[in-house]
Amino acid sequence: MVETVLFWIFGAVALGSAFGVVMGGTLPGKGGSPVASLLFMVSTLASVAGIYVLLEAHFLAAIQVMVYAGAIMVLFLFVIMLLNLGHEYQRDMKGWMASLMLFLVSGALGGILAYRFAGPGGGAELDFLAEANTAAMDAALAEQGAVGVIAEPLYTTYVVPFELTGILLLVAIVGALALAKRRVA
Amino acid sequence: MDMLQPISGVPALVAMVGKVLAVFTATMLVVAYTTLAERKISAWIQDRSGPNRVGPWGLLQPIADGIKNFLKEETMPATANRFWFVAGPMLSITPALVTIAVVPFAAPLPTPWGVVDMIVADIPIGILYILALSSLGVYGLVLSGWSSNNKYAFLGGLRASAQMVSYEVALGLSLVSVLMLAGNVTLTQVVWQQQEMGFWFAFPLSLGFILFLISAFAETNRLPFDMPEAESELVTGYHTEYSSMKFSMFFIAEYSHMLTASALMATLFFGGWDLPGAWDNAFWHEGMLIAGFDAAGAPILAQPAWWKTLLTLAGFGLKTVFFLFLYIWVRWTLPRFRYDQVMSLGWKVMLPTALAYVMVVSATVLVLDLLEVSYGFTFGLVLTLVSGLCTVAFLFFLDSDRIISGASVPYRQDRPVRMPVTQVDAGAPGLSGD
Repeated sequence: MVETVLFWIFGAVALGSAFGVVMGGTLPGKGGSPVASLLFMVSTLASVAGIYVLLEAHFLAAIQVMVYAGAIMVLFLFVIMLLNLGHEYQRDMKGWMASLMLFLVSGALGGILAYRFAGPGGGAELDFLAEANTAAMDAALAEQGAVGVIAEPLYTTYVVPFELTGILLLVAIVGALALAKRRVA
Repeated sequence: MDMLQPISGVPALVAMVGKVLAVFTATMLVVAYTTLAERKISAWIQDRSGPNRVGPWGLLQPIADGIKNFLKEETMPATANRFWFVAGPMLSITPALVTIAVVPFAAPLPTPWGVVDMIVADIPIGILYILALSSLGVYGLVLSGWSSNNKYAFLGGLRASAQMVSYEVALGLSLVSVLMLAGNVTLTQVVWQQQEMGFWFAFPLSLGFILFLISAFAETNRLPFDMPEAESELVTGYHTEYSSMKFSMFFIAEYSHMLTASALMATLFFGGWDLPGAWDNAFWHEGMLIAGFDAAGAPILAQPAWWKTLLTLAGFGLKTVFFLFLYIWVRWTLPRFRYDQVMSLGWKVMLPTALAYVMVVSATVLVLDLLEVSYGFTFGLVLTLVSGLCTVAFLFFLDSDRIISGASVPYRQDRPVRMPVTQVDAGAPGLSGD
């Protein structure tokens, strides 16, 4: 009961803030600025972390807040402030064509997601919420702790994809550095 | 003797409310009296008297300060962003006050209704909860600096965000070695593993402790890392425009951050509420409150008592107060770093050292596991030796002006000081002012 109420609260805040991320920057002079968008983004991330807690994915929730809300968004904030954005604000998207494209793309993405989970044959991903599986999960949690449950498959079954993801991030960092260096010279 | 059970039902609820109130009150009291201690100790270090007019030895000074802050005029800069200007102090104080909830502060207390754990919230992610929430604390600093619409406040906010992100990495990595020995992230388990090993982790993980100590000073914005409010450069940095109770909220946030960091150092590296000897050991293992395992591996039941709880509470308090004293001691002893020194220390010294140290500790643990040395005194002794060597090497290396140029050598031709250089195009618009 409490969990259902909390779920709806977190869900509503997450969706409302996500809307705020898009709209927050569009009202310069009326309290809107890139900073407002960013803070709505933080609010979205925090609400999603709340939903993770309701799913008993405590570790994921902590990492979500720590990495995304606490580090990456702080870096975004740093960059927005350093470049002093938002004073002579210009929208990247202009005209009704751009709005239509935005609507179509996000609508299509939402449709695909909805079909995947609610369409025929979908929803297999949600099996972990079934009664039998949650009981097994609780037992694993009690034995290995919140971190062990994730760490074990991550470093045994999925170690190759995990390391490859790390290399991908490294490549992205090196690429960003290379691009930034070229501009200075 | 009947089996000890954890408290449950209505008494558990009463105990929970009691613990929340007690911990919150204790936090506010300690914060208030740390401000007095700061002024008294600074006076002592500088051979002055310090506050001595309000009450005996100035003991009522914090109350006078509180009343003064409430009665002062509250200013609102005309050009400030009102919403975020008001929200800034709140965003700063909330994470600072809630983090202490997961720190265990004494041995379990037996009552007629069951055993009460002396911790407000023993959540499964323990230390990660502290890291997550304290990483949110920086928003208060950055946003109040930004919303003040004052260049000094703004620079303070910028510095806060850069510094927090830089030292968070080293802080997290220095914790990895502790978590590797503890095997879990809950602080109760960290305390228990130190009891079981017979070593406080400060010895087997000495370098980890030093790295944690330095990062914690940087994360709490205390000297020598108080760049966000460096008063010789930025007036008072991010809280320049604040007055009255809003200013006081930043003050409370800073001191409760210090308190949490001190409590964490005591818990992670100095046994938490553990006192020397096995008499006070207690841990919930498979539904039993145990004090350890005998030679055959069978659990030995713990015998909690109210005097044990009181003694361990005093022990935890003493350790925490020592680290609070250390914070103040360092503040009135060391000068402030230059900004580039803070950044070099964070990225060029702390981060690589912490990474290398994680490798050393995990390799040592692996070798000990392969040699089938069981977790205990010998295990701790070997790690103490290995970490001791690392610490000596680290201190020798750090102390030799190799990476970070000292304040006494501001510029040398053969080894220029690395400052962040921005190339400014003179004709570029938008840089002439805000």
